Amino acid sequence: MTPYATQKLAEEKVFKDPVHRYIHIRDQVIWDVIGAKEFQRLRRIRQLGTTYLVFHGAEHSRFSHSLGVYEIVRRIIDNSFEGRPEWDQSERLVVLCAALLHDLGHGPFSHAFENVFSLDHEDFTQAILLGDTEVNAILSRVSTDFPQKVADVIAKTYPNKQVVSLISSQIDADRMDYLQRDAYFTGVSYGHFDMERILRVMRPREDQVVIKSSGMHAVEDYIMSRYQMYWQVYFHPVSRSAEVILTKALHRAKKLSEEGYTFTHEPTHFKSFFDGTFTLEDYVALDESVLLTYFQLWTKEQDSILADLCSRFMYRKLFQYIEFDPAKDFMKMRELESLFREAGIDPDYYLVFDSSSDLPYDFYRPGEEGERIPIHLLMPSGEIKELSRQSEIVEAVSGKRRSDHKLYFPEERLRGDTPAERRIRDVLGLKEV
Amino acid sequence: MLRDHAAIVRFIEQAHGITGRKKLQKMMYIAKKLGYPVNEKYEFHMYGPYSEELTARIEELCTMGFLVEEKEDKGAYTQYAYSTTSESMDFMELSPPLGDAFSTCIGEMKEKSSRFLELVATLFYFDDLEQQAQIDKVHIVKGKLNFSDEEFAEAFKFIEDLKKNNC
Repeated sequence: MTPYATQKLAEEKVFKDPVHRYIHIRDQVIWDVIGAKEFQRLRRIRQLGTTYLVFHGAEHSRFSHSLGVYEIVRRIIDNSFEGRPEWDQSERLVVLCAALLHDLGHGPFSHAFENVFSLDHEDFTQAILLGDTEVNAILSRVSTDFPQKVADVIAKTYPNKQVVSLISSQIDADRMDYLQRDAYFTGVSYGHFDMERILRVMRPREDQVVIKSSGMHAVEDYIMSRYQMYWQVYFHPVSRSAEVILTKALHRAKKLSEEGYTFTHEPTHFKSFFDGTFTLEDYVALDESVLLTYFQLWTKEQDSILADLCSRFMYRKLFQYIEFDPAKDFMKMRELESLFREAGIDPDYYLVFDSSSDLPYDFYRPGEEGERIPIHLLMPSGEIKELSRQSEIVEAVSGKRRSDHKLYFPEERLRGDTPAERRIRDVLGLKEV
Repeated sequence: MLRDHAAIVRFIEQAHGITGRKKLQKMMYIAKKLGYPVNEKYEFHMYGPYSEELTARIEELCTMGFLVEEKEDKGAYTQYAYSTTSESMDFMELSPPLGDAFSTCIGEMKEKSSRFLELVATLFYFDDLEQQAQIDKVHIVKGKLNFSDEEFAEAFKFIEDLKKNNC
């Protein structure tokens, strides 16, 4: 009988996909993992969190992104790597599973949720892979140590660094999928690059994947796409405003629970998170549909702050924002906090500082901790050269972090005529209406 | 607001400056594992546990003028040294002061080489494993560094001492 690890489906299955046209499945293990309930849950987690409140098309899920990453890795190893001596074909299944499962532990509106409950989705990815779950049962049929191998690839602690770099590096399948997918669903014109070209020129080498130098311009395009997407989509200030409100609403619900507040609608799904007794089963039971149901119910709560924050999120009555330079303005914060209290507005929930920061590309500095493995080009001579030394475009953005700081607040509540409100408007630089 | 930034400034001030990005990363990670309020997220990277968020905040603090980054030429490579500024004193107050025991631990970490701290941080990263499994894991992920039995023994002793000192 064919071992489970190499069993193929009687017929290839395909998922129609708007980015890659088709996702091709031949391996029984991959097909079974997709059917596992922990993987199906990803259908109910949006890939871009609150971004759909700005770009209304951005309703795509982590399920479709995970399939996309799998498909890209499959194309790399089956089309570009197969038969090359530097590629170890015995790593095929582990890297495909890692690609498919790399985001398995994401929770509802991950960043906000993790912030409020001090969690890390990567810990949950590990816990689902290694715990008493359907995914673990399927992977264990390959071999008893297979779930751990998949977990190690995702955690970047797997011995074969070439395998890790396919999923996690400065030019990996994860980024190549999300840039294109997010561009497609948001409808923006950034984020497009010639992925087919990049896949064709990828070559396996010891500990890494390199790009033939003839593909350098496609890689330049990828780096610039990434830069544009971060600033035009991922860090969009209105989307950040929605996330600020979501975070504060969860903080409020948690605080009320800790204070013994009686909710009109008992937050059954969140109870164990509020008191820190949650299990893996509790975590897997959560998704964005559950969270939004509670938010809808909480718009009618007695607590005016929770009801207001949930209404703002559900009905998109978001906070306004100003640019805020923390170096220059951090003393203003103390004054503003005090003025907000004087005006009867709790600054813990209604005055929020938020930062975004990105480094488009980083190169390795000998002896120092750059930590990001650079993109290497394979020159016609066989030499390996670092990308930013060859590309002036990439050099221009290399190692240059861009940060953006904003202060969020409910502008319509600051329009009164008390001295505190007048002073708040003055400090925030709001125009008199 | 900016309390996480302030905690970093306080840490560096307590260490009377730190030379080496790797050293700073590993000291903060070890401190996090010992309970210091380091809220930056760490992942496993080329040199062990590494926080991109911490790197970003350090750069922001330099831009804000609360930290100074100075390049030190080490011949074949450059090292970066971080220290606090006179402007950072008020800012640091956003974060609560450290206890005496913790300050001692920071001093002890600073005395060690970045290679040793890399080993200690990596052992902490795998602290859910048995001791031998931790060693095996370090050999797998850091095979090229060839850590010796003596280095492992010293690292485990160092971890034990840090914990004993109630850091």
